[in-house]
Amino acid sequence: MSLHAPLTITNGRLLLADGRIETGSIRCEAGFITALGPDVKPQEGDTVHDARRSLIAPGLVDIGVFAIDKPAFHFGGVTRAALMPDQNPPLDVPARVRFAAQSGKPDFWVHPLAAATQGLGGTALAEIAMMRDAGARAVCTGRRWVGDSGTMLRLLQYTGMLGMTVITHAEDAGIVGSAVATAGEMATRLGLPSAPAQAEPLAIARDIALAEMANASIHFRNVTTAAGLDLVRGAKARGLKVTAGVSPAYFMLSNLAIGAFRTFTHLSPALRCEEDRQAVIAAVADGTIDIVASGHDPRGPEDKRLPFADSAPGMSGAETLLPLTLSLVRDGVIDMARAFDLLAANPARLLGVNAGRLEVGAEADIAVVDTERPWIVNSDKMAASAGNTPFDRQPVQGRVLALFKGGVVVRTKRTAG
Amino acid sequence: MIRENLSGFSVAPPSTPLRLSLSKPTQTRHDEGRAHPAHTPLSLPPPTPKAWSLMTPPEYTYPDGALAFPHRGLVGIAGLAPHEIWFLLDEAEQWVEMNRGAQKRRELLSGLTIINAFFENSTRTLLSFEIAGKRLGADVVNMAVANSSVKKGETLIDTAMTLNAMRADAIVIRHASSGAVALIAGKVDCPVLNAGDGQHEHPTQALLDALTIRQAKRAFNGLRVTICGDILHSRVARSNILCLASLGAEVRVCAPPALMPADIEQMGVKVFHDFDAALKGADVVMMLRLQLERMEGQFIPSPREYRHLYGLTLERLEKAESNALVMHPGPMNRGIEIDSNVADLVERSMITTQVEMGVAIRMACLDVLTRKGRKQEGWA
Repeated sequence: MSLHAPLTITNGRLLLADGRIETGSIRCEAGFITALGPDVKPQEGDTVHDARRSLIAPGLVDIGVFAIDKPAFHFGGVTRAALMPDQNPPLDVPARVRFAAQSGKPDFWVHPLAAATQGLGGTALAEIAMMRDAGARAVCTGRRWVGDSGTMLRLLQYTGMLGMTVITHAEDAGIVGSAVATAGEMATRLGLPSAPAQAEPLAIARDIALAEMANASIHFRNVTTAAGLDLVRGAKARGLKVTAGVSPAYFMLSNLAIGAFRTFTHLSPALRCEEDRQAVIAAVADGTIDIVASGHDPRGPEDKRLPFADSAPGMSGAETLLPLTLSLVRDGVIDMARAFDLLAANPARLLGVNAGRLEVGAEADIAVVDTERPWIVNSDKMAASAGNTPFDRQPVQGRVLALFKGGVVVRTKRTAG
Repeated sequence: MIRENLSGFSVAPPSTPLRLSLSKPTQTRHDEGRAHPAHTPLSLPPPTPKAWSLMTPPEYTYPDGALAFPHRGLVGIAGLAPHEIWFLLDEAEQWVEMNRGAQKRRELLSGLTIINAFFENSTRTLLSFEIAGKRLGADVVNMAVANSSVKKGETLIDTAMTLNAMRADAIVIRHASSGAVALIAGKVDCPVLNAGDGQHEHPTQALLDALTIRQAKRAFNGLRVTICGDILHSRVARSNILCLASLGAEVRVCAPPALMPADIEQMGVKVFHDFDAALKGADVVMMLRLQLERMEGQFIPSPREYRHLYGLTLERLEKAESNALVMHPGPMNRGIEIDSNVADLVERSMITTQVEMGVAIRMACLDVLTRKGRKQEGWA
């Protein structure tokens, strides 16, 4: 099947599927992992990559990106991404889904998320089964919430039958309106249209109730408030098929960051207060949050060099996803194995793809990571198509040295020292 | 605090020409470093220091020269120290006096170009800035959005860069989005004055309100100011809260919960929903208009119902101090937030005085902010 020679990555610290870290090598043939462990040796004719004692980890699986921005994903160690249906035109018909599913190959796999409703309008269901068969891995409501509870119930009943997860944006649209900030002192001082953070738990409470009714699985793309996380925690304790994700911005930043009207901090949902930020960290630690995703949304000056409320929300996040998550490891919130569960194993499981972990038989999506390597985020020199990161000039640690998709090298960084 | 200090001596009326060391020798510096054309009427007497200076508490004394106002532009009241606000108020006094005379022009800014870029409709503020610039002798150009390239899709930054390339000496901006003025101020070379950005700030309005109050009440410490109306959508409220609280007043805000911004008490105000309670003991009552054009959805059942709870009637005004001032930044909706017979109270309604002070404050701001560009001694 593969025209490429088998690959052996030697002399690394293997992050195994059971969470142990073991010195050894990993060998891949025809796009799959065939052997890994301390005794694995490269064989005659193999392409050999010396990991030089760096961490050998699964390639990241990023759920809910807005653009296929290969250089940024490769920089960040992402080998697969689930593409939001909010494209122009939206991914609400099978042909567009099929096209999107092919668009990154061979070195980057795009898993399109089918629009839940036609034109993402929130009223009429889209052709979800046909889109599934065209390559959609899950269903998504897009940037918006489905406001009509009846529509949402029928959607969940339908996706429950099809065995697909609904990925939803959890903010009550009636409360949010055109708000661009979380209600509080910061938004008040800046005079920005704001909405109370309670818009999130309201939406989550409704959607959990509907998912339970429909016996469907639901994933909240960004859960950013203490109250919302409590609802997810409770639903999980009751055994419901509820999962939650978050972007690093919500455990790194609070709404203090919007001071001086920095549009790079204009995100959706809006940045929350410090207590909510702490709650997100606690939820990552206790397992309430299953997935950390970049929400990669590169936006150029035409969308961002505007007054705050007129700018488009979103940040370019693929490059900082791994180092910012590793900051939680360094802070002792989670261990290395859990970090890659959040970044690779859990999202792969949600999408139902045979990746996201290092074990024999899995697809050979592998990142060689120097987890300690320091670097400084610079919005002027990003690999992404736009540098709209709120972490500009921030020193971070952790860099992908080499990336392999299906056992084939897509990127190596060879630097002195 | 001021009130206690005052108890020791009688206060001179504002117009009494007192010369005291606390007042800055500001009277002559407008004439320095600038040759006036021969036809310029220079017959004006030197402006007199004000009796306010008597009452200037220590924290409001300001240094000489540019240190008195070390800012490139005026984007908001936030970031101004109390003495810097005080300095602008003091600077405005001379213009109040000149504007009341027959000769209303000083060629202080002659040769300078001031652009009023109003991306949002305005009548009084635009006119006030235009008159202020012209009375200082500047060439004032108004850019109205209706016939500008903004309508053709040009971005705000590009418009600002265009104005900058035309070598304006000061740009006055009004825009419907909070933060728009700060955005432009970071991109142009000349001083930028905020004439209102979204729901963020309207600093010259706060300064003219402070000047109006200072002329009538003389001091701010312990003064109770009640601001009632659509606080949520009001940039005037935000700037006034910052300005008056900074000068030592007790600021109360009153609105129905839907029109009250979250956590506004963090800005140092007392929050009321009951107008009668908010009025009790108030020395100044500042009414704000319902900004229906900014409302998304229904915030109040009807204007009539709003008046029932929050309209300033003669009867309600009784609950405030007997000499309480009535203020309104305009435009007024008579019969909604303020009754005509209150708005027209000769002794107590400051509404036209506010407009008068507006011109003086804007003259002071234009003068102070262009001093560096004019290479005035101590400012260059």
